[in-house]
Amino acid sequence: MPKLKSPKELENLREKILQKRKKDKTLISISSGTCGRASGSLRIVEAFKNAVKGYEDKIELKETGCHGFCSAEPNVIIFPEEIFYRNLKPEDAERIISSLVKGEILYELTYQDNGSKYPRLKEIPFYKDQKRILLSDNPLVDPTSIEDYISLGGYSSLSKALSMEPDAIVEEIKKSGLRGRGGAGFPTGRKWEIVRKQKSDVKYVICNADEGDPGAYMDRSLLEGNPHLVIEGMIIGGYAIGATEGWIYVRDEYPLAVQNVTKAIEDARKLGLLGKNILGSSFSFDIKIARGAGAFVCGEETALIASIEGKRGIPRQRPPYPAQKGLFGKPTNINNVETWGNVTRIIEKGADWYSSIGTEGSKGTKIFSLVGKVKNTGLVEVPMGMSINDLVYKVGGGGSNGKRIKAVQIGGPSGGCIPAELFHLPIDYESLTSAGAIMGSGGMIVMDEDTCMVDVARYFMNFLQDESCGKCVSCREGTQRMYEILTEIAEGRGTEEHLSLLEELGQIVKDASMCGLGQTAPNPVLSTLRYYRHEYEAHIKEKRCPALVCKELIHYYILPEKCVGCLLCLKSCPSGAISGELKKVHVIDESKCIKCGICMDVCPEKVRAVIKYSGKMPDKEAKNG
Amino acid sequence: MDKIKSKKTTKKTSQKKTAKDSIPEFVEECIKRQGGLLIPVLQDIQAHYRYLPEPALREVSKKLGIPLRDVYGVATFYRAFALTPRGEHEITVCLGTACHVRGGASIVNTLSTDLGISPGQTTPDGKFTLETVNCLGCCAIGPIVVVDGEYHGEMNSQKARKLIEKLGKEEKNAKAKVSKRA
Repeated sequence: MPKLKSPKELENLREKILQKRKKDKTLISISSGTCGRASGSLRIVEAFKNAVKGYEDKIELKETGCHGFCSAEPNVIIFPEEIFYRNLKPEDAERIISSLVKGEILYELTYQDNGSKYPRLKEIPFYKDQKRILLSDNPLVDPTSIEDYISLGGYSSLSKALSMEPDAIVEEIKKSGLRGRGGAGFPTGRKWEIVRKQKSDVKYVICNADEGDPGAYMDRSLLEGNPHLVIEGMIIGGYAIGATEGWIYVRDEYPLAVQNVTKAIEDARKLGLLGKNILGSSFSFDIKIARGAGAFVCGEETALIASIEGKRGIPRQRPPYPAQKGLFGKPTNINNVETWGNVTRIIEKGADWYSSIGTEGSKGTKIFSLVGKVKNTGLVEVPMGMSINDLVYKVGGGGSNGKRIKAVQIGGPSGGCIPAELFHLPIDYESLTSAGAIMGSGGMIVMDEDTCMVDVARYFMNFLQDESCGKCVSCREGTQRMYEILTEIAEGRGTEEHLSLLEELGQIVKDASMCGLGQTAPNPVLSTLRYYRHEYEAHIKEKRCPALVCKELIHYYILPEKCVGCLLCLKSCPSGAISGELKKVHVIDESKCIKCGICMDVCPEKVRAVIKYSGKMPDKEAKNG
Repeated sequence: MDKIKSKKTTKKTSQKKTAKDSIPEFVEECIKRQGGLLIPVLQDIQAHYRYLPEPALREVSKKLGIPLRDVYGVATFYRAFALTPRGEHEITVCLGTACHVRGGASIVNTLSTDLGISPGQTTPDGKFTLETVNCLGCCAIGPIVVVDGEYHGEMNSQKARKLIEKLGKEEKNAKAKVSKRA
């Protein structure tokens, strides 16, 4: 393809692509992002490729990024009717093709809830209440095809931006009310303005795709599923602030995202959308990729910059801010993946449209990864201001396996747990902060009565003491001591003084650490202490883990009256802790037991002889119930 | 598309050749390809040898003019780099929050006991390396176990164990085939 030399040529290309495509073709969009692949989507793709033979003129297959409904993987959406088939097996492909030829719907493959069937995407509760302005194109775009992106109007925002004055673009972003989606929520337009005003021959823009928060993967999905959306936003940003070079810093744990965005940059370059004199304008800009190497702290902007420069990812004191002195000492504007995606949409549809979505202080939509103990897991994009209740129960469908939902953990290791009593809160930057959590990058982990809050706090503290770069004493030592105290509590050696010590230490780590990692590190502990003190107390006073999670405080026991002596648990026990003979009652030797729970998993559903308890052994009625 | 692919494969084979011949030549190649940026150079070396051999680190330091202590600092700071050889099969258990609340930790325990190694270690026979990772971003279908780059969702201790057993068996079968042919 020759390079496009003007916005007109881009439009012509778009026309050509659209004309080439048959309009009345049925499209089968196969969700094939990383999580789709982990669920076997590549085998589904193969099966469809075989099944479609002979119907290629009527039916088109598309391997796309994530459709968002991860618990329904592998899934397909059939356009234009938007029929959604979930949890497919390779043998379903042939049936689906022949049903399409006949014009039928296979109801047994559609989403079902409480006896109702929902064949169409728009009717499914999981999708119905979402507002997908960023994820909407994921099912329509093959991420390796720039033509797909262009056919949907791609790069028209860039054309539009190039016809505007850079200052006007900054104004537009300011007016939209967009705030950084990486976590802290700094107004994007204001950040741009600062960088734009810097006088320097070289300026940089960076896309922060070092999505380190465990439990968050919206950036991966966007970059993997629709890379051009992000690239287009970066080019617009580069033009607005006067940058000549962009960097995408992407986590090494996301190989598919790296692959797709690399291809996307090459394709954009071939078409002259990156490089010298973009679309015939005087603006030149190119993008490079830096792969992370597995350090959580590199999500912090100054650490990220150090990492691109080839140093250890250790944050430095601000000011000077990266906007003044950033990558290689030059003014640098860093935004998160989702923020860049929003930029493209704002220029496309205008600041007024964008600011009509959301609340007074938080505009637009936010993508959350709704995971954990919830029925419908996946990526959800909702308008700011939706209540946590609606998100968890309407979109998420409530708890998985009928358990009561206890809390949601928002904001990853920097965030906190919000208890079910506060689920009426709207999702916006201020409300979440006042409840002791933060918006963060958008991980939302649902926890039910089987989740132990002490264990969760300990989990995050272990993560943070491991990931602390070690520069500030308060963070390096403080997170380690807090982890040790939490371990004491979880293993039944806690004392009541430990709780006040945790609070005191937490405050010091917050106050005395330099970067965001340390300043927010105590949040998971402090927020669980605030709302779930009674669980900590049960561990300390009664040596009991109410959720039956903390290994040192739980016991596995085989009920002699139920055991049929089938040898299943005995054979599977990795530590040889179970003794017994065929058709005789088995017994667990607790001194050998490593509490892995395999015996409970393998004990047949009908028998259910293995129980788990903490504290006192439950009495007979409870055991049977 | 095909062109890109064939290019890549030829590159790979040529890498192998030079690497066998000499570490300095391979390091030189990496530096050329990566424009002298330290971390990408180390990533290439790690990808090739599956760890960072000491002579390679010394060579990088010399060629890039970066003190060896800084190269070593970077090599030990980031989780993706290893200073000891990795096993033939790499097993990674995700311990992201979502995997954790669904029982990722007990999978690590079981595999640790089965293989007789702690996370981060390699079995004495050089067959298996057990690793943990803080999140792979497949949270909705956790717990995740990755075996030699292939993702497996909705794991538990029992299923993970079977995966490893299968690996062991495949190896035995492969060996048997070879000896039969001989």
